[in-house]
Amino acid sequence: MDNGRIDQIIDKHHGESSSLIQVLLEIQSENHWLPKYALERVSEKLQVPLTRIRHIATFYKAFSLVPKGRHEIHICVGTACHVRGATRVLDTVQDLTGIRPGETDLDLKFSLETVNCLGCCALGPVMEIDGKTHGKMAPVKTADVLKNYE
Amino acid sequence: MSRINSPAELEEFRKGILSKRDPNKPCITLCSGSACHASGSGDVAASLEEEIKKQGLSAEVDIRRTGCHGFCERGPIIVIHPEEICYFQIEPKDVPEIISQTIKEKKIIERLLYTDPETHEKIIHESDIPFYKHQERLVFGSNGSIDPKSIDDYLAIGGYAALAKSLSGMSAEQVLEEVKKSNLRGRGGGGFPAGRKWEGSRDAPEKIKYVIVNADEGDPGAYMDRALLEGNPHAILEGLTIGAYAIGSHEGYIYVRQEYPLAVENINIAIKQAEDYGFLGKNILGSGFDFIVKVHQGAGAFVCGESTALMTALEGRAGEPRPKYIRSNIKGLWDRPSVLNNVETWANVPLIINKGADWFTQLGTAGSKGTKIFSLVGKITNTGLVEVPMGTSLKDIIYKIGGGIPGGKKFKAVQTGGPSGGCIPEDLLNLEVGFDELTDAGSMMGSGGMIVMDEDTCMVDVARYFINFLTDESCGKCVPCREGLRQMLKILTNITEGKGKEGDIKLLEELSETAKEAALCALGKSAPNPFLSTLRYFRDEYEAHISKKQCPALSCKELISYHIDPAACQACMICLKKCPAEAIVGGKNKIHVVDQEKCTKCGTCFEACPPRFGAVKKISGEPVPSPIPEEDRIIIRKSKEK
Repeated sequence: MDNGRIDQIIDKHHGESSSLIQVLLEIQSENHWLPKYALERVSEKLQVPLTRIRHIATFYKAFSLVPKGRHEIHICVGTACHVRGATRVLDTVQDLTGIRPGETDLDLKFSLETVNCLGCCALGPVMEIDGKTHGKMAPVKTADVLKNYE
Repeated sequence: MSRINSPAELEEFRKGILSKRDPNKPCITLCSGSACHASGSGDVAASLEEEIKKQGLSAEVDIRRTGCHGFCERGPIIVIHPEEICYFQIEPKDVPEIISQTIKEKKIIERLLYTDPETHEKIIHESDIPFYKHQERLVFGSNGSIDPKSIDDYLAIGGYAALAKSLSGMSAEQVLEEVKKSNLRGRGGGGFPAGRKWEGSRDAPEKIKYVIVNADEGDPGAYMDRALLEGNPHAILEGLTIGAYAIGSHEGYIYVRQEYPLAVENINIAIKQAEDYGFLGKNILGSGFDFIVKVHQGAGAFVCGESTALMTALEGRAGEPRPKYIRSNIKGLWDRPSVLNNVETWANVPLIINKGADWFTQLGTAGSKGTKIFSLVGKITNTGLVEVPMGTSLKDIIYKIGGGIPGGKKFKAVQTGGPSGGCIPEDLLNLEVGFDELTDAGSMMGSGGMIVMDEDTCMVDVARYFINFLTDESCGKCVPCREGLRQMLKILTNITEGKGKEGDIKLLEELSETAKEAALCALGKSAPNPFLSTLRYFRDEYEAHISKKQCPALSCKELISYHIDPAACQACMICLKKCPAEAIVGGKNKIHVVDQEKCTKCGTCFEACPPRFGAVKKISGEPVPSPIPEEDRIIIRKSKEK
């Protein structure tokens, strides 16, 4: 992502400093993480100190300050999934990928995150990979699903 | 589309829409809410369109992709109008038959119907299915019949009539009085009377005021607000605009989680349409009233559901709450009077204006009026969104509507009110749901999450789960929440791992008291609830974990073991092959044994073992029987003896 694109996003929000979170969300959604140069550009253009931007980027869960893997695994650990055995699914995925929630593997293949509810409680436990929902997961099924990702 | 400039023009326009619609023309409504989408409704929609074209029926059948119908357990759902034939769990391969049989020949396809689990009768109409029959779907009911991306659909069911009525026939005071009279209480959890909140803002001297929709639905296991935003966004806009008129606000915000992309999309479309039609913007319906709405996406912080934190986030800062010496309806967003209500609260407003406060107060209990949408999830047969009048008993919700506990298991508790709510045990199932009733039972209404737990759920683990959630989501501003919850989590984790000590319960109680007394915002004050309510009703489980190192629900990983009963094992190799840790030793005709060193306690073997053998056992609080000697493990099958 180049500075030109960042400027476009900022202009879309009329360069208002109250739109800071919205600007960062758009960058995150396009680029999948927030590189330092992007934060600096936003700071300069919106006239918001970099410390405040870092505060926001670390406070909210949607932002990542490190690159993400090619595939983003989200394991729902909402209450409904929890009582239906989400922990066991999470444990198995951790064993299979070798990463813990919040981490990305060295090959940049998978990033693993837990989420608090995907709102598909009827399908729990739910695992979402790159936006595709895999419902009614069990430890043994996770391996079959993960195999399909390169 | 030209603007609609007066209530009369609106009625004229509505007549125009209705006259073009033939109520007898077949219309297939397909649930396209997030849950059905996840179970494949997108593919079903594509095949429906293709098949209708293929069979040459494009002009004779309408397809409508609607929001959530609520019965998520059975998705994807389609309802065929005008007969209201209801088909469940539709797959693309069923589509050609539906078109050729049901649409063309008017024949019903038995296998796609709902089967009553008790009578085994097939049920054709949505309204006869027990899940729907016992509900009162006032707010949520329209979801199943309109396309959320079409403002004309909303107008066809009487949309924006309440706005027209307010702006043309009622003064702002009258609107406020009507809402006050209805005793509508906030559906987001607090249960504060909406009318009184509005009045405070209206009377505040500051000229610029704001109205805000709280759609930061962060409670895990609750998704009714999302379903409303996705399925009927105009109802929320209409309610919000009426509220703005009542308090004299000209600017509104919708704070919605970025995790709800479809809700964000639909509400943005709705705002654009409402602006084009003149329900938003300058001089709405010729009344001289101006109002605009902006959408702000939340970036993922549970605490932003708290009113003051949400307003801080709207200002573009980190969403931390502030003390409420002055309420936010007097000094809120940018220090100006701000009325913040939850999605469902706003969606109730048009109903109250249309039908009157007297009608609204007929429903419900003395203290809680109207209906409430609950998200009924967990260990329940019919997972979904249900709307019932306040005062309905928990038992009716769980058994009559929810269909009870699946798999012949025993009910243990129902958790209401989200992470800061509490667990209600079996002997209180006759409790009537209402704001005060649930609080008295040690739980709360919250936004309406209702998580059912069966005998396999460990209550200590549930408390640990919620405290873990809240520790993670604590913003860190005040000490009782930031540090107190962390310590509570440590102790609870120790207990679930078999490292609990005498005195732990006492210490947890003390930490809870401090958080309740001294935390800054509602998140911290109510955070100990999951612990306190589980302790109140399930103290014996805590004690078993601490003194006997036993998990009575056989759920806490560190306290259970799996072993294979040599007398029952048929050496069928199923568990052995499925074990992801390769912890099962054995072979063909050789009794299997779990290697306790290697076992990760994932439970795969327990689930894989065919029920007719039931050889894999889960135990807690007792030593694992030592494996039988190698030489005794060979099974000699009778049939092969000869």
